[in-house]
Amino acid sequence: MNPDPTASIESSSSATLTGAQLFHRALLNQGVEVMFGYPGGAALPLFDVLHDSPIRFVLVRHEQGAAHMADGYARASGRPGVVLVTSGPGATNLVTGLATAHFDSVPVVAFTGQVKSHLIGNDAFQEADVTGITRPVTKHNALCRDASAVARMVNEAFFVATTGRPGPVLVDLPVDLMNQPVTPGPGHERPRLRGYKPRRHAHQGQIAKAAAAINAAERPVLYVGGGVIISGASELVRQLAERGNIPVTTTLLGLGAVDETSPLALRMLGMHGTAYANYAVQESDCLVAIGARFDDRVTGDVTKFAPKAAIIHIDIDPASISKSVNVDLPVVGDARDALEHMLPLIERRPRQAWFARIEQWKRQHPLKYGHGEAIKPQAVIEQLGRLTDHDALITTGVGQHQMWAAQFYGWRRPRQMITSGGLGTMGFGLPAAIGAQFACPGRLVVDIDGDSSFQMTMSELATAVACDLPVKVVLLNNNFQGMVRQWQQLFYDRRYSASRMVNPNFAALADAFGATGLRIDRPDQVGDGLNELLTTEGPAVLEVLVDAEENVYPMVPSGHGLDEMDLGSLA
Amino acid sequence: MKHLISALVENEPGVLAHVAGMFAARGYNIDSLVVGRTEDPAVSRLTLVAKGEDAIIQQIRKQLDKLVHVLKVRDHADEDIVERDLMLISVQTPPGRRAEIVDLVELFRGKVVDIGARHMMIELTGPEKKIEAFINLCRPYGISSLARTGVIAMPRTPQPDGPTEEKSGTTNSD
Ligand SMILES: Cc1cc2nc3c(=O)[nH]c(=O)nc-3n(C[C@H](O)[C@H](O)[C@H](O)COP(=O)(O)OP(=O)(O)OC[C@H]3O[C@@H](n4cnc5c(N)ncnc54)[C@H](O)[C@@H]3O)c2cc1C
Ligand SMILES: Cc1ncc(C[n+]2csc(CCOP(=O)(O)OP(=O)(O)O)c2C)c(N)n1
Repeated sequence: MNPDPTASIESSSSATLTGAQLFHRALLNQGVEVMFGYPGGAALPLFDVLHDSPIRFVLVRHEQGAAHMADGYARASGRPGVVLVTSGPGATNLVTGLATAHFDSVPVVAFTGQVKSHLIGNDAFQEADVTGITRPVTKHNALCRDASAVARMVNEAFFVATTGRPGPVLVDLPVDLMNQPVTPGPGHERPRLRGYKPRRHAHQGQIAKAAAAINAAERPVLYVGGGVIISGASELVRQLAERGNIPVTTTLLGLGAVDETSPLALRMLGMHGTAYANYAVQESDCLVAIGARFDDRVTGDVTKFAPKAAIIHIDIDPASISKSVNVDLPVVGDARDALEHMLPLIERRPRQAWFARIEQWKRQHPLKYGHGEAIKPQAVIEQLGRLTDHDALITTGVGQHQMWAAQFYGWRRPRQMITSGGLGTMGFGLPAAIGAQFACPGRLVVDIDGDSSFQMTMSELATAVACDLPVKVVLLNNNFQGMVRQWQQLFYDRRYSASRMVNPNFAALADAFGATGLRIDRPDQVGDGLNELLTTEGPAVLEVLVDAEENVYPMVPSGHGLDEMDLGSLA
Repeated sequence: MKHLISALVENEPGVLAHVAGMFAARGYNIDSLVVGRTEDPAVSRLTLVAKGEDAIIQQIRKQLDKLVHVLKVRDHADEDIVERDLMLISVQTPPGRRAEIVDLVELFRGKVVDIGARHMMIELTGPEKKIEAFINLCRPYGISSLARTGVIAMPRTPQPDGPTEEKSGTTNSD
């Protein structure tokens, strides 16, 4: 089998190629530069064509890591991330990563080896019903049944993953078909997806109505989500806010869509959002959701959400409209397209009374934290923001550190915050940072992680070392699953059941992997510690021993309205 | 409220799994789901009956529409449609009451398709209500088994399946 590194963009209709060669050609034509994965028997023909391919293959340590790397790559760059693994356990190990990408609408294309076609369904060695298992966690998936259809299926996968509301697509490739020589007919690589027509252009009438409602509003708020970043509409959101004089709040996944130094910025809303963002939403008379999906972490009790507001919802997915919160004025289409048409219709309004109230909330309830003997995790993140000019790419695990990162880093631009929002996958941080670093080789990438999250995928440090990637980890170690501990403290009478961690020596561990390990445990070491981390060459981990029982505030307890926050230490 | 929704889908392996899996995962309650071929061998028609509030039915429609292999979705709720269910029912025939049952079959324009010593099998088609009325009338005799196809439907004046429900087309309400 001869891999074909010089494969050209032209259709290869007349030549005889194996399924694997068709696969490789299609990847090159898609402009794939890097893939993440792990080999195995059923994928060997695919790995063989990659052996001397211009596509860089990144060997991970666990397939979950591959999926998160592809995900981080996609979130950082806007280009699809690509995964290749073997059948059975290789494929099932992807599930968490695919579900993570699916929940947050990230374009990932995954290829899995499969047992020989005639053995499918026979409980063959390392067989798994991969399309069955991954159906609910992918935007689409398909099993290849014909070697000459490989290029078409690859192209369809990229098309579906990256258009409309993006998401992961998986293609299952039986090993015999990948070895089989075929002479596909002309046009064999052309997608055939009659049923798939993502809608881009919003209805002009709806746009005009939305603009009129915004112009007439006294207390409007823009509620901006991940869809704005996906669509590349951040600049238009800024213009909309400035032109109309409208305050803006962002979801966790929308962070960076708006520069938080803007006087119009309310920062994040929701369960751990700022008090002023949550109050503004509850008082608003016109809430404009743009590429956001009314997640229950954002709305709190939906029956109490934004009770005074007419709700406008701009979203590319019709199924997002009125799913959890009833929408008064839907605008179905791409956010950028809709905003381009809406902007000229927006009129400036002074809204002095509205901004006066917001200023008052901002003064009364700023985000803040205390100081003490132990290092405050918030202080570490705040300082990291300053030291990196608020310009690093940040990834996170899941838990308190993730929320503090959201609250204290200080977001300036889109695609800067890479975090698992919908599924909340612990272990996302490090592999996502590796993927992001591949997407943006010249940029500083920092994983702000928790001790428990980090341990779920820390073996990928070996990948970072092997690939000589300068990713940095700020490991906020409270020796707890802090977020679980916080809930147990507040709602289960401080019974810390299974949330206390006995941890390894993280700095020594990093050293053992061939990265650099650093450790600090006193507040006066924070600046130097961070500086040392940031100036260390290659992958490095800074373990920061932090105040073990610090809590994230504000907090909207479940079943409460957004304005019924527990301000905790902020009160 | 009961809704009859039909969809044209690609006739490809795995499509039914996508549809059924989506319903199961989202917890939608489906009374019946029928898939059959159409005049185009590449396309199947899927007909389902679902009960629920309008918001749920809307979601079912939209989620169905989102599946890559689904070509068109249409809710027949406010349409003048012909709906048919086909049933085979095996009814016990207590001695001396066979004629009674045959009368009933004729009244409903059913067909006796098999007769044994102690039972008879009847074929009946019609809208759900008619089928259910017949079942209720058979109960006193004893039903030994029953199979139904589930409802299929078509609007009375045949219209092309679009453009009212073109893929992702109808969410802008104005
Ligand atoms: C521990 C923890 C705590 C959390 N606390 C909070 C919190 O306090 N606040 C908070 O906000 N989140 C919080 N989250 C995250 C939360 O769970 C959700 O993931 C998040 O709120 C969803 O963000 P989003 O609404 O922007 O939706 P996304 O998941 O980013 O959805 C994007 C939306 O945009 C649409 N879209 C996609 N492309 C386009 C396009 N081109 N044009 C228009 N629309 C498009 C999609 O259809 C979708 O509706 C928390 C998560 C964790 C793990
Ligand atoms: C894979 C996975 N398992 C369990 C959880 C539930 N969970 C959410 S936050 C959390 C604790 C995270 O602890 P750590 O990573 O140390 O971060 P901290 O909250 O201490 O900052 C847990 C267990 C999860 N989100 N993901």
